[in-house]
Amino acid sequence: MHNAKQPLLVIENLHVAVDDKQILKGVDLTIYPGEIHAIMGPNGSGKSTLAAVLAGREDYTILQGRVFFDGKDLLEMSPEERAAAGLFLAFQYPVEIPGVSMLTFLRTALNEIRKSNGEEPIDTRTFLQRVREAAQLLGLGNDFLQRAVNVGFSGGEKKRNEILQMAVLRPKLAILDETDSGLDIDALKIVANAVNSLFGTIQSYLIITHYQRLLNYIEPDYVHVMYDGKIVRSGDKTLALELEAKGYDWLRSETLSSIELPSTTT
Amino acid sequence: MSEDLKIIEEVTGSDYKYGFVSNIEEELAPPGLNEEIIRFISQKKNEPEWLLEWRLKAFRAWQKMKEPKWANIHYPPIDFQSLHYYAAPKKQQRPKSLDEIDPEIRRTFEKLGIPLEEQKLLAGVAVDAVLDSVSVATTFKEKLAELGIIFCSMSEAIQEHPDLVRKYLGSVVPYNDNFYAALNSAVFSDGSFVYVPPGVRCPMELSTYFRINAAKTGQFERTLIIADEGSYVSYLEGCTAPMRDEHQLHAAVVELIALKDAEIKYSTVQNWYPGDKEGKGGIYNFVTKRGICKGPNAKISWTQVETGSAITWKYPSVILLGDNSVGEFYSIALTNNHQQADTGTKMIHIGKNTRSRIVSKSIAAGKSNNSYRGLVRVLKKAENARNYSQCDSMLIGNRCGAHTFPYIEVENKTATVEHEATVSKIGEDMLFYLNQRGIPTEEAVALIVNGFSEEVLQHLPMEFAVEARKLLAISLEGSVG
Ligand SMILES: Nc1ncnc2c1ncn2[C@@H]1O[C@H](COP(=O)(O)OP(=O)(O)O)[C@@H](O)[C@H]1O
Ligand SMILES: [Mg+2]
Repeated sequence: MHNAKQPLLVIENLHVAVDDKQILKGVDLTIYPGEIHAIMGPNGSGKSTLAAVLAGREDYTILQGRVFFDGKDLLEMSPEERAAAGLFLAFQYPVEIPGVSMLTFLRTALNEIRKSNGEEPIDTRTFLQRVREAAQLLGLGNDFLQRAVNVGFSGGEKKRNEILQMAVLRPKLAILDETDSGLDIDALKIVANAVNSLFGTIQSYLIITHYQRLLNYIEPDYVHVMYDGKIVRSGDKTLALELEAKGYDWLRSETLSSIELPSTTT
Repeated sequence: MSEDLKIIEEVTGSDYKYGFVSNIEEELAPPGLNEEIIRFISQKKNEPEWLLEWRLKAFRAWQKMKEPKWANIHYPPIDFQSLHYYAAPKKQQRPKSLDEIDPEIRRTFEKLGIPLEEQKLLAGVAVDAVLDSVSVATTFKEKLAELGIIFCSMSEAIQEHPDLVRKYLGSVVPYNDNFYAALNSAVFSDGSFVYVPPGVRCPMELSTYFRINAAKTGQFERTLIIADEGSYVSYLEGCTAPMRDEHQLHAAVVELIALKDAEIKYSTVQNWYPGDKEGKGGIYNFVTKRGICKGPNAKISWTQVETGSAITWKYPSVILLGDNSVGEFYSIALTNNHQQADTGTKMIHIGKNTRSRIVSKSIAAGKSNNSYRGLVRVLKKAENARNYSQCDSMLIGNRCGAHTFPYIEVENKTATVEHEATVSKIGEDMLFYLNQRGIPTEEAVALIVNGFSEEVLQHLPMEFAVEARKLLAISLEGSVG
């Protein structure tokens, strides 16, 4: 079915090292518009590294491989160019920016992206409307928008704030790095609902998670299991349930029994 | 060094945008400093005898003084005899209306974005512009006069309001206060004068723009602001200078007097030429600013944004004499490349229930050095005095320095003095987060620095806050390092 379309993201044989330590050891992944992919895997398997490399974080050495985003060579682009091209990363650990209000931050980000794409700055009314709608969707009040970015936010607020930004910036591909961890069940439902309702405006998701529970609310088309820097298994959503039932040790005993696995906490 | 940091370094290495030289005929006194020159200046300005005597006393005191060395700044000795102590645009007659101002001078101020044109004045800012040593134009004078407010150049005040000048000149910063204040007292040429009568709330911001134009000149303005009982005034000064290879000396004195129930808000946006990337040229900004809350319930608030000058040595202070009086100091000092700043405040609590608040934000980039130096002194009779100080420093790159020297002297047990200090760095995590949201590094740094400075920026009058934000961004272009 998707052969008619161009893939949104193509990762080919990606090898990545940090400080001479190899972390990604040959990752292949293709995401088409309209697809939701999930990557699961134990702590330390390289999920955040993959997300960071896709977003353009420096400090990582690309040893081998290629990545295309919307037909363009992603690895040649700066982080802000990637953002302008429509790639968004919801951070596992969002960063505090003291003294910069959410509104200023969102407006600056949105207008920089628009500028890169040859568009005029957004007018104030449309902007405020969009931001308020997004805040409402995430169950955050308007006063939240006056606060400094992530300063004094609870863990849950920080995670919801990432999705709020996604709702305002409307990327093509959103990578959610453990957005579910640290959320109570109500917040998890709010986030999942927001992600689902934005699907369409946002063409594709790559959802990184340690646990299966988020996938009860967001239904992935594909589930991949990352282990020791490689995708060792791919399947449909039933793979997530299988993992949940058997635990990551099952993977180890089945396919990777010779390698020491980091402990998993479930 | 990471890529981002390199970019920031390139960005903060950008050029000074106010560095043009105006082609105006100048009348220069011969270089050097002696009693002759002082008499010349005093005579040029048609001053009364008492003022000449005062200048000479200051000069004699200065000759016995040594340049202060305690500040955390380093520079080769200044040859005070090689400087010109008087430079003035040649046109002798003071212009009577804005139309009479030398077109070249007007172009200069237009380039600086100073709203000399009447139409722009509708924005509601009264401007006194000081080019080199002479006040060029004071606008909105008549409108202010209706309220009894005097806003004019110091030279004019000496002619028109000698009693007020004589009563208050040197009353807060004595002629022998310190080396540079003594020098200023001896040779000051012009500056601004403000008097607000009792009970009057000045309806507009009063503003002075200082510009050094002539080569090898020192600039020594003297500003005196008096807020009579129950009055209010907000005053702003801005400063720029051409780019020149040699250093230029700027040694101003500002005195503020707030009587009972009066309030003075004094804001500075200082953008003197900082020198080039290698540290060549730039202004030496050695300034004495002090206010006194003379009566009960008086309030003085200093807000400064210091981005320019090769060296800044400046401690706007408040003497809290009246009971229940309030002193505030809000400061942003930004240094880049080879700039050095040693700045801060002194709050001297004398009256009962006096309160002071200090918020200092230092930003250092490039190879610059940025020090906060502050003194909070509570005297014996200052029952229930309260001070809160907060000094935050932000480092951009690894080759700059930020230092904090808070001095606290308390002689009254009922006093409460609180001091907090933080040092932070613009981290790669922060930059990456903003980059990922589409914000390029240069804009990201500006955003972070503006956020860091927000608590101070919000104390500036609106238009100037906007200017100051831009200035912070421009001054940091090319600096993440
Ligand atoms: N900046 C870094 N420096 C050194 N090691 C790193 C760095 N980032 C990640 N690693 C290491 O890479 C491995 C993969 O980490 P990560 O991608 O965060 O895994 P996950 O997100 O799957 O838990 C871990 O062993 C981690 O310690
Ligand atoms: Mg992770």
